[in-house]
Amino acid sequence: MKITPLIGLEVHVELETKSKMFCGCPADHFGKVPNTQTCPVCLGLPGALPVPNKKAIESCMKIGLALNCSVNRLSKFDRKQYFYPDLAKGYQISQYDQPFCSGGFLNLDSGKTIGIERVHQEEDTGKLQHTVLNGEKVTLVDFNRSGVPLVEIVSKPDMSSSSEAKEYLKKIHEIIRTIEVSNADMEKGQMRLEPTVNICIEDNSGSHFTPLVEIKNINSFNFAVQAIEYEVKRQVEEFEKTGIEKTPNNKTTRGYDSVKKITFLQRSKEEAKDYRYFPEPDIPPFIIENEVIEMLRRELPLLPDQKIADLVKLGVEERFAKLVYNRQEVMNVLDVIASKNDEAIPANDININRLVSLMANGKIDIKKDVIAQYDSLTKVGITDTTQLTQIVQNIIDDNPSIVAEYKKGKINVVGFFVGQAMKATKGSADPKTLSTIISDLLVK
Amino acid sequence: MKQLHELTISEVHVGYLNKDFTCVDLVKHLLNRIKKYNPKLNVFLALNENVLKQAEAIDKEIAEKGIDRELLGIPMAIKDNFLTVGISTTASSNILKGFMPQYESSVTSKLLTAGAIFIGKTNMDSFAHGSSTETSDFGPTHNPWNPEKLPGGSSGGSAAAISAQFVTVALGSETAGSIRQPAAWCGVTGFKPTYGRAGRYGCIAMASSTDSPGPIARTVADTALIANVISGQDPFDATTSPTPVGDYPSFLNKKDLKGIKIGLVKEYLMTSMSDEVKKLILEAADKFKELGATVEEISLMNPKYAIGVYTVVQRSEVSSNLARFDGIRFGHTRDSFGEETKRRIMLGTYTLSSGYYDAYYKKAQAVRTKMIDQFAEIFKSYDAVIGAVSPGPALSIGATKNQPMFGEMEDVLVEQSSVSGLTSVGVPCGFVDDLPIGLQITCDQFQEAKALMIADCYQRHTDFNLFPDLDKTL
Repeated sequence: MKITPLIGLEVHVELETKSKMFCGCPADHFGKVPNTQTCPVCLGLPGALPVPNKKAIESCMKIGLALNCSVNRLSKFDRKQYFYPDLAKGYQISQYDQPFCSGGFLNLDSGKTIGIERVHQEEDTGKLQHTVLNGEKVTLVDFNRSGVPLVEIVSKPDMSSSSEAKEYLKKIHEIIRTIEVSNADMEKGQMRLEPTVNICIEDNSGSHFTPLVEIKNINSFNFAVQAIEYEVKRQVEEFEKTGIEKTPNNKTTRGYDSVKKITFLQRSKEEAKDYRYFPEPDIPPFIIENEVIEMLRRELPLLPDQKIADLVKLGVEERFAKLVYNRQEVMNVLDVIASKNDEAIPANDININRLVSLMANGKIDIKKDVIAQYDSLTKVGITDTTQLTQIVQNIIDDNPSIVAEYKKGKINVVGFFVGQAMKATKGSADPKTLSTIISDLLVK
Repeated sequence: MKQLHELTISEVHVGYLNKDFTCVDLVKHLLNRIKKYNPKLNVFLALNENVLKQAEAIDKEIAEKGIDRELLGIPMAIKDNFLTVGISTTASSNILKGFMPQYESSVTSKLLTAGAIFIGKTNMDSFAHGSSTETSDFGPTHNPWNPEKLPGGSSGGSAAAISAQFVTVALGSETAGSIRQPAAWCGVTGFKPTYGRAGRYGCIAMASSTDSPGPIARTVADTALIANVISGQDPFDATTSPTPVGDYPSFLNKKDLKGIKIGLVKEYLMTSMSDEVKKLILEAADKFKELGATVEEISLMNPKYAIGVYTVVQRSEVSSNLARFDGIRFGHTRDSFGEETKRRIMLGTYTLSSGYYDAYYKKAQAVRTKMIDQFAEIFKSYDAVIGAVSPGPALSIGATKNQPMFGEMEDVLVEQSSVSGLTSVGVPCGFVDDLPIGLQITCDQFQEAKALMIADCYQRHTDFNLFPDLDKTL
């Protein structure tokens, strides 16, 4: 029996725009006094209308471009209708069949490609607070978050392990931060994860697919990993017990209990059809011109994979490149050196790979003169054998007891002599040459 | 000499400047008239409690600076689906009973900035769901020409307020006939601007893709003045157009209609229409010819298709727009929705459901596109198309009972232009059985100036612009 998990991820990212998606209220809602950042639009008062936030739509498209999606020429908003007390209008403005971006991909380090189905724009809901007020159990609604721009990134079910899912998530997180559309702070709920998991089980009777399970609103990479792993195990057991396979109607939604480390059934999935999507009549459809797409593409900074590739091109080993590409101060130093290299200035003697490895390992203090530190660290020590032999001989003569120990077989005392010799040469001796000389003299 | 309640906007302004009367005088006169006749007509749902104070301030302004705002001191009635700060707004629904708006609608805010003074809020079909004002949760409005008759709807209160001469001008809104049809039944002038010409922000949504605020008044000239104020791009309504607004009044007072080509819609002279109405429309066509216009018979898609399109699109949008009245906020639970509203929510929910969406909503939108294309083609050769607003005069109170498609049948002649987002003016064109009949003059999108120009010329050359003597009719 062969078991292959099929994992897809929906990632919600709150954009850090100045104002909300469809009104002028501030989008930064974290830690604000409840219901102080609201207006008729995000409260869904009668007669209020949405006016889309251009900046947010541009950010959504940038995310799409960074994930190799195409930005669709024709796009529109739709109403996704359901009832919940934190949903002011009774519908969420989202995108159904014409998202801003679709058809992208993201490469894992293994070289495996994860397909990106779509990147679309929507709005966040309010927040419920279950609390006790005057001795009475109550639920309060805070609409500060209502209408905050949200981008949903939907992957294809191309991941087959929790570790692939984690890598995918980390890469998405990094890209979002690199293109500066959101801090994607997990603790603030700026990035929320929803894995969809099922299993392909191959045995003598053929391939079987277990029913789809969507795990809702996970706010840490590790919880996502744990939830996926639990779910894979659970689904295999469930299938062995019941033999139930996936149908178009048996998708379920589960929550994740991070204390008990289990997933639990929340509800049988309302199929997409129950949301009664229809085009949002309050917002005219969009025609996105090529010039706009090209402008946004130009505004994108270098992405992590591109930065690593550039370093490798400079001669840096990939393992070191991955350690430094996201450290701006290191990259700045390399920029300077790389440009000097072109002009054949003395720095062209620098071995970039060695320099990067020293910086990556913290051997070089970037705040100080990097070239000087590099030179002193990589300078070849005193290799003049005559001079070193004299120094070593003196030390041997001064330490007969230790020489005796060596003779008894304690070979590691060589280290002591190397240390003493380095001390005597103020560290300028070449350690390799030193140990050869010491071994030779001790044997004599 | 005309009495205060008979004056048009410019006549009121002349009166203020000549010190014939003050704004307080005018408002008091109207309030007395309302006090006397409104109980029998049920036009107003709420009156502005601060109106006299506001009138005093306006008098002071006139004394100091003269009249430098277009609508300074002009008493208005506002349909109850426009949010007005300080005056309760219910859209004639129990679910919003006692609702005091937190903000002012874009259109009323423009009217206030222009100096208008709001007398009160007018009755309507609950959430504008109807063409009778009979579906109001607060009782029907009665037609000033005959209180046994319906005023039409959904802006029935605003049309009756003009007919009963309770105010100088009124604000209504049209989704499909809701301005033109009550204006026709009450014998007054109604103007539906192009969809997207005036902002919908703060107008309680009925069908978002066709709702259009517009004026109801005694004359085309007055509707032009109001249209001037309320039109233009609204930063709070993404569906409003940046197309520049013309200075509508400057297009009026043409002495003839030479060079104007008018299409008389054959299908609008339906077989089910009474001969008397047909006769009035043909007489109107003759009048246009007399005024120098060319009138030719043209053919449009059978208007019955507009009913189907409109019914599906409108119910779908209604079911969604009313979701925010979730029973948690606004003080009343969802069972306070009226029968008609519940019916529309159910039908709309059904048409948007999976499996039905393609068959209903998508198909309706496709037919709608065909209608828009058809009008675009016609307006290549014609300046305007004309027809009756309604197949007949006002029907009796109670006519909507057990008639879920009542509105759609009564609005059959105006729905094509509504779903196509066109602009149209409705003017009185005669009487049948002592009840007024309305003529619609419909032009292409954003051709407001042309529609008003043609309607104004017709109105000044006919004498159907009459008002009932309430002491006799009530």
